[in-house]
Amino acid sequence: MLRSVPTKLAHAAVYALTILTALAATALPGSAAEVKVAVAANFTEAAKEIGALFEKASGDKVVFSFGATGQLFTQITQAAPFEVFLSADQKTPKKAIAEGLAVADSLYTYATGRVVLFSKSKDLVKGEDTLKAGKFDKISIANPAAAPYGAAAVEVMKKLGVYDALAPKIVQGNNIAQAYQFVDTGTAEVGFVALSQIIRKDDGSRWVVPDDLYAPIAQDAVLLKRGEENAAAKAFLAFLKGPEASAVKEKYGYGTGVVASVAKHKELAPTP
Amino acid sequence: MPEFEHLWSPIKLTLELATLTTILLLCVGTPIAWWLARSRAPWKEAVAAVVALPLVLPPTVLGFYLLLLLGPNGPGGSIGSLFGLRSLAFTFEGLVIGSVIYSMPFVVQPIRNAFEAFGDRPLEVAATLRASDWDAFWSVALPLARPGFLTGAVLGFAHTVGEFGVVLMIGGNIPGETKVLSVAIYDYVETLQWTQAHVLAGGMLVFSFAVILSVMLFEKRLGRVGK
Repeated sequence: MLRSVPTKLAHAAVYALTILTALAATALPGSAAEVKVAVAANFTEAAKEIGALFEKASGDKVVFSFGATGQLFTQITQAAPFEVFLSADQKTPKKAIAEGLAVADSLYTYATGRVVLFSKSKDLVKGEDTLKAGKFDKISIANPAAAPYGAAAVEVMKKLGVYDALAPKIVQGNNIAQAYQFVDTGTAEVGFVALSQIIRKDDGSRWVVPDDLYAPIAQDAVLLKRGEENAAAKAFLAFLKGPEASAVKEKYGYGTGVVASVAKHKELAPTP
Repeated sequence: MPEFEHLWSPIKLTLELATLTTILLLCVGTPIAWWLARSRAPWKEAVAAVVALPLVLPPTVLGFYLLLLLGPNGPGGSIGSLFGLRSLAFTFEGLVIGSVIYSMPFVVQPIRNAFEAFGDRPLEVAATLRASDWDAFWSVALPLARPGFLTGAVLGFAHTVGEFGVVLMIGGNIPGETKVLSVAIYDYVETLQWTQAHVLAGGMLVFSFAVILSVMLFEKRLGRVGK
Protein backbone atom coordinates (compact mmCIF):
# COMPACT_ATOMS: atom_id res chain seq x y z
CA MET A 1 0.00 0.00 0.00
CA LEU A 2 2.56 2.49 1.17
CA ARG A 3 4.86 1.54 -1.67
CA SER A 4 2.32 2.62 -4.26
CA VAL A 5 1.93 6.09 -2.81
CA PRO A 6 5.29 7.39 -4.11
CA THR A 7 4.53 5.87 -7.52
CA LYS A 8 1.17 7.60 -7.65
CA LEU A 9 2.77 10.80 -6.51
CA ALA A 10 5.39 10.47 -9.23
CA HIS A 11 2.72 9.99 -11.88
CA ALA A 12 0.78 12.96 -10.60
CA ALA A 13 3.96 15.02 -10.66
CA VAL A 14 4.65 14.06 -14.26
CA TYR A 15 1.12 15.06 -15.32
CA ALA A 16 1.35 18.31 -13.44
CA LEU A 17 4.72 19.11 -15.02
CA THR A 18 3.41 18.36 -18.50
CA ILE A 19 0.45 20.66 -18.01
CA LEU A 20 2.59 23.40 -16.54
CA THR A 21 5.09 23.19 -19.38
CA ALA A 22 2.30 23.39 -21.93
CA LEU A 23 0.83 26.42 -20.15
CA ALA A 24 4.21 28.12 -19.95
CA ALA A 25 4.86 27.48 -23.62
CA THR A 26 1.61 29.14 -24.66
CA ALA A 27 2.04 32.03 -22.23
CA LEU A 28 5.63 33.00 -23.01
CA PRO A 29 5.78 34.48 -26.49
CA GLY A 30 4.05 37.77 -25.78
CA SER A 31 3.60 40.55 -28.26
CA ALA A 32 5.34 43.29 -26.21
CA ALA A 33 9.11 43.14 -25.94
CA GLU A 34 10.63 42.07 -22.69
CA VAL A 35 13.95 42.92 -21.09
CA LYS A 36 15.61 40.92 -18.34
CA VAL A 37 17.70 43.02 -15.99
CA ALA A 38 20.12 41.87 -13.31
CA VAL A 39 20.19 44.47 -10.53
CA ALA A 40 22.51 44.88 -7.58
CA ALA A 41 20.41 44.53 -4.43
CA ASN A 42 21.01 48.09 -3.16
CA PHE A 43 19.17 49.47 -6.18
CA THR A 44 16.11 47.25 -5.67
CA GLU A 45 13.54 49.85 -4.68
CA ALA A 46 14.68 52.45 -7.18
CA ALA A 47 14.82 49.87 -9.97
CA LYS A 48 11.23 48.79 -9.30
CA GLU A 49 10.00 52.35 -9.55
CA ILE A 50 12.05 53.10 -12.63
CA GLY A 51 10.89 49.81 -14.14
CA ALA A 52 7.25 50.74 -13.62
CA LEU A 53 7.81 54.15 -15.22
CA PHE A 54 9.62 52.54 -18.14
CA GLU A 55 6.84 50.01 -18.70
CA LYS A 56 4.27 52.79 -18.73
CA ALA A 57 6.30 54.90 -21.12
CA SER A 58 7.37 52.19 -23.56
CA GLY A 59 4.82 49.39 -23.26
CA ASP A 60 7.71 46.95 -22.90
CA LYS A 61 8.06 44.65 -19.95
CA VAL A 62 10.97 44.62 -17.50
CA VAL A 63 11.86 41.57 -15.45
CA PHE A 64 14.29 42.21 -12.60
CA SER A 65 16.56 39.77 -10.80
CA PHE A 66 18.12 41.10 -7.61
CA GLY A 67 21.28 39.85 -5.95
CA ALA A 68 24.78 40.74 -4.85
CA THR A 69 26.89 42.06 -7.71
CA GLY A 70 29.32 39.14 -7.43
CA GLN A 71 26.52 36.59 -7.48
CA LEU A 72 24.89 38.15 -10.49
CA PHE A 73 28.21 38.24 -12.32
CA THR A 74 28.81 34.56 -11.61
CA GLN A 75 25.40 33.84 -13.09
CA ILE A 76 26.18 35.99 -16.12
CA THR A 77 29.42 34.05 -16.76
CA GLN A 78 27.28 30.92 -16.76
CA ALA A 79 24.95 32.20 -19.47
CA ALA A 80 22.16 33.55 -17.29
CA PRO A 81 19.50 35.06 -19.56
CA PHE A 82 20.09 38.67 -18.45
CA GLU A 83 20.26 41.42 -21.02
CA VAL A 84 21.15 44.43 -18.89
CA PHE A 85 23.38 44.47 -15.82
CA LEU A 86 23.08 47.18 -13.17
CA SER A 87 26.13 46.57 -11.03
CA ALA A 88 26.97 48.09 -7.65
CA ASP A 89 30.52 48.88 -8.74
CA GLN A 90 32.61 49.72 -11.78
CA LYS A 91 34.95 46.77 -11.62
CA THR A 92 32.46 44.02 -12.37
CA PRO A 93 30.93 45.47 -15.57
CA LYS A 94 34.46 46.09 -16.83
CA LYS A 95 35.24 42.46 -16.15
CA ALA A 96 32.11 41.47 -18.07
CA ILE A 97 33.32 43.51 -21.06
CA ALA A 98 36.82 42.05 -20.81
CA GLU A 99 35.38 38.54 -20.88
CA GLY A 100 33.29 39.33 -23.93
CA LEU A 101 29.99 39.13 -22.06
CA ALA A 102 29.01 42.77 -22.38
CA VAL A 103 28.98 45.54 -24.96
CA ALA A 104 31.85 47.96 -24.28
CA ASP A 105 30.33 51.20 -25.58
CA SER A 106 27.16 50.77 -23.53
CA LEU A 107 28.98 51.24 -20.22
CA TYR A 108 28.05 54.23 -18.05
CA THR A 109 27.64 55.20 -14.41
CA TYR A 110 23.94 55.23 -13.56
CA ALA A 111 24.20 56.09 -9.88
CA THR A 112 26.56 56.80 -7.03
CA GLY A 113 25.64 55.08 -3.80
CA ARG A 114 26.41 55.91 -0.21
CA VAL A 115 26.95 53.77 2.85
CA VAL A 116 25.09 54.41 6.10
CA LEU A 117 25.52 53.01 9.57
CA PHE A 118 21.98 52.31 10.68
CA SER A 119 20.16 51.03 13.73
CA LYS A 120 16.49 50.51 14.57
CA SER A 121 17.21 51.86 18.07
CA LYS A 122 16.73 55.56 18.38
CA ASP A 123 20.03 56.58 19.94
CA LEU A 124 22.44 53.77 19.17
CA VAL A 125 24.13 55.33 16.16
CA LYS A 126 25.94 58.58 16.91
CA GLY A 127 28.58 58.82 14.25
CA GLU A 128 31.92 57.07 14.22
CA ASP A 129 32.01 56.98 18.03
CA THR A 130 29.40 54.24 17.90
CA LEU A 131 31.86 52.06 16.02
CA LYS A 132 34.74 52.97 18.30
CA ALA A 133 32.76 52.24 21.46
CA GLY A 134 31.46 48.98 19.98
CA LYS A 135 28.58 48.75 22.44
CA PHE A 136 26.59 46.25 20.44
CA ASP A 137 26.47 42.51 19.99
CA LYS A 138 26.29 42.18 16.25
CA ILE A 139 26.97 44.45 13.32
CA SER A 140 25.69 43.37 9.94
CA ILE A 141 27.32 44.06 6.60
CA ALA A 142 26.88 42.67 3.12
CA ASN A 143 29.28 39.91 2.12
CA PRO A 144 32.38 41.98 1.23
CA ALA A 145 33.59 39.41 -1.26
CA ALA A 146 30.46 39.62 -3.38
CA ALA A 147 28.87 42.98 -2.58
CA PRO A 148 30.60 46.35 -3.09
CA TYR A 149 28.59 47.84 -0.21
CA GLY A 150 30.05 45.17 2.05
CA ALA A 151 33.55 45.95 0.81
CA ALA A 152 32.92 49.65 1.48
CA ALA A 153 31.79 48.83 5.02
CA VAL A 154 35.03 46.97 5.67
CA GLU A 155 36.96 49.88 4.17
CA VAL A 156 35.28 52.31 6.57
CA MET A 157 35.99 50.16 9.62
CA LYS A 158 39.61 49.71 8.61
CA LYS A 159 40.05 53.42 8.02
CA LEU A 160 38.71 54.11 11.52
CA GLY A 161 41.00 51.44 12.97
CA VAL A 162 38.13 49.49 14.49
CA TYR A 163 37.98 46.55 12.11
CA ASP A 164 39.98 44.10 14.19
CA ALA A 165 38.01 44.93 17.31
CA LEU A 166 34.67 44.60 15.53
CA ALA A 167 35.50 41.55 13.40
CA PRO A 168 34.03 39.02 15.89
CA LYS A 169 30.76 40.95 15.90
CA ILE A 170 30.30 41.05 12.15
CA VAL A 171 27.50 39.07 10.59
CA GLN A 172 27.30 38.94 6.83
CA GLY A 173 24.19 39.22 4.77
CA ASN A 174 24.24 37.38 1.52
CA ASN A 175 23.72 40.75 -0.16
CA ILE A 176 22.89 44.27 1.01
CA ALA A 177 19.18 43.40 1.18
CA GLN A 178 19.80 40.66 3.72
CA ALA A 179 22.25 42.88 5.62
CA TYR A 180 19.44 45.41 5.95
CA GLN A 181 16.93 42.72 6.91
CA PHE A 182 19.19 41.72 9.81
CA VAL A 183 19.19 45.31 11.10
CA ASP A 184 15.53 45.97 10.42
CA THR A 185 14.42 42.92 12.38
CA GLY A 186 16.82 43.82 15.19
CA THR A 187 18.71 40.53 14.94
CA ALA A 188 21.76 42.75 14.54
CA GLU A 189 21.60 46.05 16.44
CA VAL A 190 23.57 48.02 13.87
CA GLY A 191 24.63 47.53 10.32
CA PHE A 192 26.14 49.13 7.26
CA VAL A 193 23.42 49.50 4.68
CA ALA A 194 22.84 51.53 1.55
CA LEU A 195 21.44 55.03 1.98
CA SER A 196 18.78 54.11 -0.57
CA GLN A 197 17.40 51.46 1.77
CA ILE A 198 16.74 53.76 4.71
CA ILE A 199 16.34 57.20 3.19
CA ARG A 200 12.55 56.88 3.15
CA LYS A 201 12.33 55.66 6.75
CA ASP A 202 12.26 58.10 9.63
CA ASP A 203 12.72 55.78 12.60
CA GLY A 204 15.95 54.51 14.14
CA SER A 205 19.29 56.27 14.11
CA ARG A 206 21.79 56.69 11.31
CA TRP A 207 25.16 58.03 10.32
CA VAL A 208 25.83 58.80 6.68
CA VAL A 209 29.49 57.84 6.37
CA PRO A 210 31.51 60.83 5.11
CA ASP A 211 33.38 60.66 1.80
CA ASP A 212 36.86 60.71 3.31
CA LEU A 213 36.39 57.25 4.86
CA TYR A 214 35.63 55.44 1.61
CA ALA A 215 35.16 56.10 -2.05
CA PRO A 216 31.42 56.63 -2.70
CA ILE A 217 30.23 53.75 -4.74
CA ALA A 218 30.03 54.49 -8.44
CA GLN A 219 27.63 51.98 -9.95
CA ASP A 220 27.90 51.12 -13.62
CA ALA A 221 25.31 49.78 -16.00
CA VAL A 222 26.15 47.77 -19.07
CA LEU A 223 24.33 46.10 -21.94
CA LEU A 224 25.04 42.39 -21.97
CA LYS A 225 25.78 40.48 -25.16
CA ARG A 226 22.48 38.66 -24.84
CA GLY A 227 20.62 41.94 -25.05
CA GLU A 228 22.53 43.30 -28.00
CA GLU A 229 19.72 42.53 -30.43
CA ASN A 230 16.95 43.51 -28.03
CA ALA A 231 15.67 47.02 -28.68
CA ALA A 232 13.84 47.00 -25.36
CA ALA A 233 17.11 46.41 -23.52
CA LYS A 234 18.69 49.42 -25.18
CA ALA A 235 15.58 51.47 -24.56
CA PHE A 236 15.70 50.60 -20.87
CA LEU A 237 19.35 51.65 -20.59
CA ALA A 238 18.51 54.94 -22.27
CA PHE A 239 15.51 55.44 -20.00
CA LEU A 240 17.72 54.85 -16.97
CA LYS A 241 19.74 57.91 -17.98
CA GLY A 242 16.71 60.12 -18.50
CA PRO A 243 15.15 62.75 -16.24
CA GLU A 244 12.33 60.53 -14.95
CA ALA A 245 14.78 57.89 -13.78
CA SER A 246 17.09 60.52 -12.32
CA ALA A 247 14.27 61.87 -10.19
CA VAL A 248 13.70 58.41 -8.74
CA LYS A 249 17.43 57.94 -8.11
CA GLU A 250 17.63 61.25 -6.30
CA LYS A 251 14.63 60.36 -4.21
CA TYR A 252 16.52 57.30 -3.00
CA GLY A 253 19.65 59.27 -2.18
CA TYR A 254 21.79 58.33 -5.14
CA GLY A 255 24.11 60.73 -6.77
CA THR A 256 22.90 60.80 -10.35
CA GLY A 257 25.04 61.33 -13.31
CA VAL A 258 25.66 60.42 -16.84
CA VAL A 259 29.35 61.17 -16.47
CA ALA A 260 31.50 58.19 -15.81
CA SER A 261 34.10 59.77 -13.56
CA VAL A 262 34.04 59.35 -9.81
CA ALA A 263 35.66 62.73 -9.19
CA LYS A 264 32.79 64.44 -10.99
CA HIS A 265 30.34 62.51 -8.87
CA LYS A 266 31.91 63.66 -5.67
CA GLU A 267 31.09 67.23 -6.66
CA LEU A 268 27.58 66.29 -7.71
CA ALA A 269 26.80 64.26 -4.60
CA PRO A 270 24.75 66.21 -2.06
CA THR A 271 26.67 66.96 1.10
CA PRO A 272 25.05 65.36 4.11
CA MET B 1 49.17 25.83 0.31
CA PRO B 2 47.98 28.72 2.44
CA GLU B 3 44.91 29.39 0.28
CA PHE B 4 43.51 26.04 1.33
CA GLU B 5 44.08 26.49 5.03
CA HIS B 6 40.83 28.31 5.58
CA LEU B 7 39.00 25.44 3.93
CA TRP B 8 39.41 23.44 7.11
CA SER B 9 37.42 25.80 9.33
CA PRO B 10 34.06 25.20 7.61
CA ILE B 11 34.72 21.46 7.45
CA LYS B 12 35.47 21.26 11.16
CA LEU B 13 32.48 23.42 12.02
CA THR B 14 30.18 21.29 9.88
CA LEU B 15 31.39 18.07 11.49
CA GLU B 16 30.85 19.55 14.95
CA LEU B 17 27.38 20.73 14.04
CA ALA B 18 26.40 17.41 12.48
CA THR B 19 27.78 15.35 15.37
CA LEU B 20 26.06 17.40 18.04
CA THR B 21 22.81 17.48 16.07
CA THR B 22 22.87 13.70 15.59
CA ILE B 23 23.46 13.03 19.29
CA LEU B 24 20.67 15.39 20.28
CA LEU B 25 18.35 13.89 17.68
CA LEU B 26 18.94 10.37 18.92
CA CYS B 27 18.05 11.54 22.44
CA VAL B 28 14.98 13.51 21.38
CA GLY B 29 13.95 11.37 18.44
CA THR B 30 13.94 7.98 20.16
CA PRO B 31 11.07 8.70 22.58
CA ILE B 32 9.12 10.36 19.78
CA ALA B 33 9.70 7.39 17.47
CA TRP B 34 8.74 4.99 20.26
CA TRP B 35 5.52 6.84 20.94
CA LEU B 36 4.69 7.03 17.26
CA ALA B 37 5.32 3.32 16.86
CA ARG B 38 3.36 2.14 19.89
CA SER B 39 0.72 4.70 20.68
CA ARG B 40 -2.89 4.12 19.66
CA ALA B 41 -3.84 7.74 20.01
CA PRO B 42 -6.06 8.80 17.11
CA TRP B 43 -4.06 11.99 16.54
CA LYS B 44 -0.79 10.13 16.36
CA GLU B 45 -0.45 10.54 12.60
CA ALA B 46 -0.96 14.27 13.00
CA VAL B 47 2.09 14.32 15.25
CA ALA B 48 3.95 12.16 12.74
CA ALA B 49 3.04 14.64 10.03
CA VAL B 50 4.41 17.53 12.08
CA VAL B 51 7.67 15.65 12.59
CA ALA B 52 7.84 14.93 8.85
CA LEU B 53 7.10 18.52 7.80
CA PRO B 54 10.75 19.50 7.15
CA LEU B 55 10.78 16.85 4.40
CA VAL B 56 8.46 18.91 2.26
CA LEU B 57 8.78 22.45 3.58
CA PRO B 58 11.08 24.75 1.66
CA PRO B 59 14.12 25.55 3.85
CA THR B 60 13.20 29.22 3.48
CA VAL B 61 9.95 28.60 5.37
CA LEU B 62 11.86 26.99 8.21
CA GLY B 63 14.52 29.70 8.00
CA PHE B 64 11.91 32.42 8.21
CA TYR B 65 10.19 30.99 11.28
CA LEU B 66 13.50 30.19 12.92
CA LEU B 67 14.64 33.76 12.38
CA LEU B 68 11.56 34.97 14.23
CA LEU B 69 11.92 32.27 16.87
CA LEU B 70 15.61 32.79 17.55
CA GLY B 71 15.76 36.54 17.06
CA PRO B 72 15.87 39.09 19.89
CA ASN B 73 12.09 39.54 19.85
CA GLY B 74 11.31 35.81 19.93
CA PRO B 75 11.76 33.18 22.61
CA GLY B 76 15.33 32.67 21.37
CA GLY B 77 16.13 36.15 22.58
CA SER B 78 14.94 35.38 26.10
CA ILE B 79 16.74 32.03 26.17
CA GLY B 80 19.85 33.66 24.74
CA SER B 81 19.82 36.35 27.41
CA LEU B 82 20.31 33.60 30.01
CA PHE B 83 23.73 33.04 28.46
CA GLY B 84 24.41 36.71 27.91
CA LEU B 85 23.48 36.61 24.22
CA ARG B 86 21.07 39.02 22.61
CA SER B 87 19.66 36.49 20.24
CA LEU B 88 20.27 32.93 19.14
CA ALA B 89 20.33 33.87 15.47
CA PHE B 90 23.88 34.06 14.09
CA THR B 91 25.16 31.63 16.73
CA PHE B 92 26.32 28.05 16.63
CA GLU B 93 23.65 27.22 19.20
CA GLY B 94 21.01 28.65 16.89
CA LEU B 95 22.25 26.44 14.05
CA VAL B 96 22.05 23.39 16.32
CA ILE B 97 18.42 24.18 17.16
CA GLY B 98 17.63 24.72 13.49
CA SER B 99 19.38 21.52 12.45
CA VAL B 100 17.61 19.41 15.05
CA ILE B 101 14.26 20.54 13.66
CA TYR B 102 15.39 20.31 10.05
CA SER B 103 16.86 16.81 10.30
CA MET B 104 14.28 15.38 12.70
CA PRO B 105 12.32 13.29 10.16
CA PHE B 106 15.48 11.65 8.87
CA VAL B 107 16.16 10.24 12.32
CA VAL B 108 12.67 9.63 13.65
CA GLN B 109 11.31 7.85 10.59
CA PRO B 110 13.85 4.99 10.40
CA ILE B 111 13.73 4.44 14.16
CA ARG B 112 9.94 4.39 14.14
CA ASN B 113 9.97 1.89 11.27
CA ALA B 114 12.39 -0.29 13.18
CA PHE B 115 10.24 -0.19 16.30
CA GLU B 116 7.19 -1.10 14.26
CA ALA B 117 8.94 -3.84 12.31
CA PHE B 118 9.34 -6.30 15.16
CA GLY B 119 5.71 -5.91 16.30
CA ASP B 120 4.24 -6.51 19.74
CA ARG B 121 5.39 -10.07 20.12
CA PRO B 122 8.94 -9.65 21.52
CA LEU B 123 7.68 -7.13 24.05
CA GLU B 124 4.85 -9.45 25.11
CA VAL B 125 7.32 -12.26 25.56
CA ALA B 126 9.50 -9.97 27.63
CA ALA B 127 6.48 -9.11 29.75
CA THR B 128 5.71 -12.79 30.42
CA LEU B 129 9.30 -13.10 31.61
CA ARG B 130 8.47 -10.34 34.10
CA ALA B 131 10.62 -7.73 32.46
CA SER B 132 9.48 -4.23 33.38
CA ASP B 133 8.53 -1.93 30.50
CA TRP B 134 11.73 -0.02 30.99
CA ASP B 135 13.79 -3.22 31.02
CA ALA B 136 12.03 -4.52 27.92
CA PHE B 137 12.74 -1.27 26.14
CA TRP B 138 16.46 -1.37 26.91
CA SER B 139 17.16 -5.07 26.49
CA VAL B 140 14.66 -6.05 23.81
CA ALA B 141 13.41 -3.10 21.79
CA LEU B 142 16.66 -1.14 21.46
CA PRO B 143 18.82 -4.06 20.27
CA LEU B 144 16.13 -5.18 17.82
CA ALA B 145 15.84 -1.68 16.42
CA ARG B 146 19.57 -1.22 16.02
CA PRO B 147 19.54 -1.02 12.22
CA GLY B 148 16.94 1.73 12.40
CA PHE B 149 19.12 3.69 14.80
CA LEU B 150 22.11 3.31 12.58
CA THR B 151 20.25 4.40 9.46
CA GLY B 152 18.68 7.28 11.36
CA ALA B 153 21.99 8.45 12.76
CA VAL B 154 23.75 8.29 9.41
CA LEU B 155 20.92 10.05 7.55
CA GLY B 156 20.53 12.69 10.27
CA PHE B 157 24.26 13.37 10.22
CA ALA B 158 24.44 13.52 6.43
CA HIS B 159 21.37 15.68 6.12
CA THR B 160 22.76 18.17 8.63
CA VAL B 161 26.02 18.30 6.69
CA GLY B 162 24.00 19.13 3.59
CA GLU B 163 21.91 21.84 5.21
CA PHE B 164 22.01 25.11 3.31
CA GLY B 165 18.93 27.28 3.01
CA VAL B 166 18.21 27.46 6.71
CA VAL B 167 21.83 28.34 7.54
CA LEU B 168 21.89 31.01 4.87
CA MET B 169 18.91 32.66 6.51
CA ILE B 170 19.82 32.40 10.20
CA GLY B 171 23.60 32.00 10.07
CA GLY B 172 25.05 35.34 9.08
CA ASN B 173 28.08 33.69 7.46
CA ILE B 174 30.43 34.02 10.46
CA PRO B 175 33.70 32.11 9.98
CA GLY B 176 34.19 29.47 12.66
CA GLU B 177 30.71 30.02 14.07
CA THR B 178 28.08 29.69 11.37
CA LYS B 179 29.97 29.47 8.08
CA VAL B 180 29.37 25.81 7.40
CA LEU B 181 30.53 23.80 4.43
CA SER B 182 27.55 24.34 2.15
CA VAL B 183 27.60 28.10 2.73
CA ALA B 184 31.36 28.20 2.18
CA ILE B 185 30.90 26.45 -1.16
CA TYR B 186 28.15 28.89 -2.13
CA ASP B 187 30.43 31.78 -1.21
CA TYR B 188 33.32 30.44 -3.25
CA VAL B 189 31.14 29.84 -6.28
CA GLU B 190 29.52 33.26 -6.08
CA THR B 191 32.89 34.99 -5.82
CA LEU B 192 34.39 32.91 -8.63
CA GLN B 193 36.95 31.15 -6.39
CA TRP B 194 36.25 27.92 -8.14
CA THR B 195 39.36 26.02 -7.12
CA GLN B 196 38.28 26.16 -3.50
CA ALA B 197 34.71 25.42 -4.50
CA HIS B 198 35.90 22.37 -6.41
CA VAL B 199 37.85 21.03 -3.45
CA LEU B 200 34.91 21.34 -1.05
CA ALA B 201 32.22 20.31 -3.51
CA GLY B 202 34.22 17.31 -4.71
CA GLY B 203 34.77 16.29 -1.12
CA MET B 204 31.05 16.54 -0.43
CA LEU B 205 30.28 14.41 -3.46
CA VAL B 206 32.60 11.64 -2.32
CA PHE B 207 31.33 11.92 1.25
CA SER B 208 27.68 11.71 0.23
CA PHE B 209 28.30 8.75 -2.04
CA ALA B 210 30.14 6.94 0.75
CA VAL B 211 27.29 7.62 3.17
CA ILE B 212 24.58 6.32 0.88
CA LEU B 213 26.59 3.31 -0.20
CA SER B 214 27.42 2.32 3.35
CA VAL B 215 23.81 2.66 4.46
CA MET B 216 22.69 0.45 1.57
CA LEU B 217 25.38 -2.17 2.14
CA PHE B 218 24.71 -2.16 5.84
CA GLU B 219 20.97 -2.62 5.40
CA LYS B 220 21.55 -5.44 2.95
CA ARG B 221 23.88 -7.24 5.34
CA LEU B 222 21.53 -6.82 8.28
CA GLY B 223 18.65 -8.03 6.18
CA ARG B 224 20.55 -11.25 5.45
CA VAL B 225 21.53 -11.73 9.09
CA GLY B 226 17.91 -11.16 10.11
CA LYS B 227 16.75 -14.04 7.91
